[in-house]
Amino acid sequence: MATTPNAATPVDFTGNSRSLLRRLTGADEIAHLITLIAAATLLLITVLLVYQLWVLSGEARSRFGWAFFVTKTWDPVAGDFGALPFIYGTLVTSAVALLIAVPLGVGAAIFLAELAPPKLSSSLTFVSDLLAAVPSVIYGLLGVFLLVPLMRTTFQPALKKVLGFLPLFQGPAYGIGFLTAGIVLAIMVVPFVLSVSREVLLAVPRDQREAALALGATKWESTWRVVVPAARIGIFGSVFLALARALGETMAVTMVIGNNPKIAASLFSPGYSIAAVLANEFSEATGNLYLSALIELGLVLFLLTFVLNGLARLLIVITTARGSGVLPT
Amino acid sequence: MNVRLLWRKSLNVFMLSLTGLCALLTVSALFFILGYLVWNGGKDLSWSFFTHLPAPVGETGGGMANAIVGSMKLLLLAALFGVPIGLLGGVYLAEFGGRTVPFLVRYTADLMNGVPSIVMGIFAYALVVMPMHHFSTLAGGLALGIMVIPTVLRNTESFLRDVPRQLREGSFALGANKWRMIATVVLPAASRGILTGVLLALARVAGETAPLLFTAFGNRYWSPGWMQPTSSLPVVIYTYATGPYEDWHRQAWAAGLVLLGLVLLTNITVRAFLSRGISYERT
Repeated sequence: MATTPNAATPVDFTGNSRSLLRRLTGADEIAHLITLIAAATLLLITVLLVYQLWVLSGEARSRFGWAFFVTKTWDPVAGDFGALPFIYGTLVTSAVALLIAVPLGVGAAIFLAELAPPKLSSSLTFVSDLLAAVPSVIYGLLGVFLLVPLMRTTFQPALKKVLGFLPLFQGPAYGIGFLTAGIVLAIMVVPFVLSVSREVLLAVPRDQREAALALGATKWESTWRVVVPAARIGIFGSVFLALARALGETMAVTMVIGNNPKIAASLFSPGYSIAAVLANEFSEATGNLYLSALIELGLVLFLLTFVLNGLARLLIVITTARGSGVLPT
Repeated sequence: MNVRLLWRKSLNVFMLSLTGLCALLTVSALFFILGYLVWNGGKDLSWSFFTHLPAPVGETGGGMANAIVGSMKLLLLAALFGVPIGLLGGVYLAEFGGRTVPFLVRYTADLMNGVPSIVMGIFAYALVVMPMHHFSTLAGGLALGIMVIPTVLRNTESFLRDVPRQLREGSFALGANKWRMIATVVLPAASRGILTGVLLALARVAGETAPLLFTAFGNRYWSPGWMQPTSSLPVVIYTYATGPYEDWHRQAWAAGLVLLGLVLLTNITVRAFLSRGISYERT
């Protein structure tokens, strides 16, 4: 990969160094070079980021190997580090978040793309964009002081009464835990599902809707059987995007998940997530092995979101490119 | 037959209203959050909140002047570091770019945009805190600055691309060379859009907590210079909200209200006023 400015320059300045120097005398070439360096800096930063994470996690990687990912103990005092409780917590909270956020976000996107008059649709999208801009710590604040007590006194006992036969909803209601963290995450990622889904729905050509309506379909049937399937891949893209957000979300989760590295079947149980353990323990980590294990967790988080985001972009590009050409309504 | 039609029609109405309900629920979340913060934090906002240092632990009163100034210093650093790189990189993508490098940069920018902010914190920790052996404003500013780059870069590129070709051709026809055309014609024409992108990116990192936890850290006093740990609004909200004191909780609400107010105000101003007319310029 041509990442450093020096390595990248030959792409545009072919030839020996003398001609390079000669060409650099023109103001255009200098401007070209300066902007190229700026653009290459981003690539350089990315490579450096991966390199740092890789090197600094070296001690933990060589010590624990792949067992790091399946070990359940996290004992900084004894120097025993396993990532399983954090990976479990991250996956469970993200799954809860998606279960709530995807139906809600896609439903809202259908309303905004198919039903709402353009003016209403654009102002509601505006509000949803603002919602996406609310800082994560604010969600955490509301989570700690509003949602946690509410879960403890109202929702969790009610869930236990109705669905208590499932192992998912057993155990004491602390208020904090996987379920609460998942709900906070859901509220945070809905705007992402909404805005991307709305865009891919709008990219479905209008003839498709009209053809379905002309065949006698109701508005809902045309939407659900024609428009949504046509935008399916892009909607999956929005789900991946939301998943990547949910996996890496730190503050709000840290404040409500309970910060206890244990694996429990019950959603009421307190747990821990990768991002949360980084937020809590990184600045206090003593000893190289401890720090190195934390950085390896950071590397895992980085790779997970990097791959998911790449996949999401690909899916979104595929759908919007296929649908373009005909202007949406 | 009639029953089936009735069923289809009622399903239609039911499902469509359900989607409306989804939209209503989503959108009302914002008003709820804002209202709840005003309700809880409004009464604790006072003049001393903005002008005083935090009171010693256990005492009531005091303010967050150091956190507000700290946040401003961090944002200034982030802007100084991230905006030039993003801006110039965007110019490269839109105006110079070949084929491979722009593709790589664009894709990397999109992916970096989605990297969890706490990972950026680790990066800044490794780059600045580890060699210096202590937390600093500089490290926090660097973490935020890196997060600003992808947004500014992609925004700048897309607004530069929207500048009509006639403007470029006119400028060439008057004998300008390329950099002069970019600096005096294209950039000014796209300036409003670029400014929008910069302000939105800064508003986003202004609320970031995770990358500051182990870079800028925190400080109960004024932070002199740039090499010392500093307090910042988001980190104070986190510390106070998870702390044990009633008075801390009240201050966390007040600080939350200030932070949310600033972020929303910037977003609304930028999106509603600054970006107005940009679609008109897009031809």
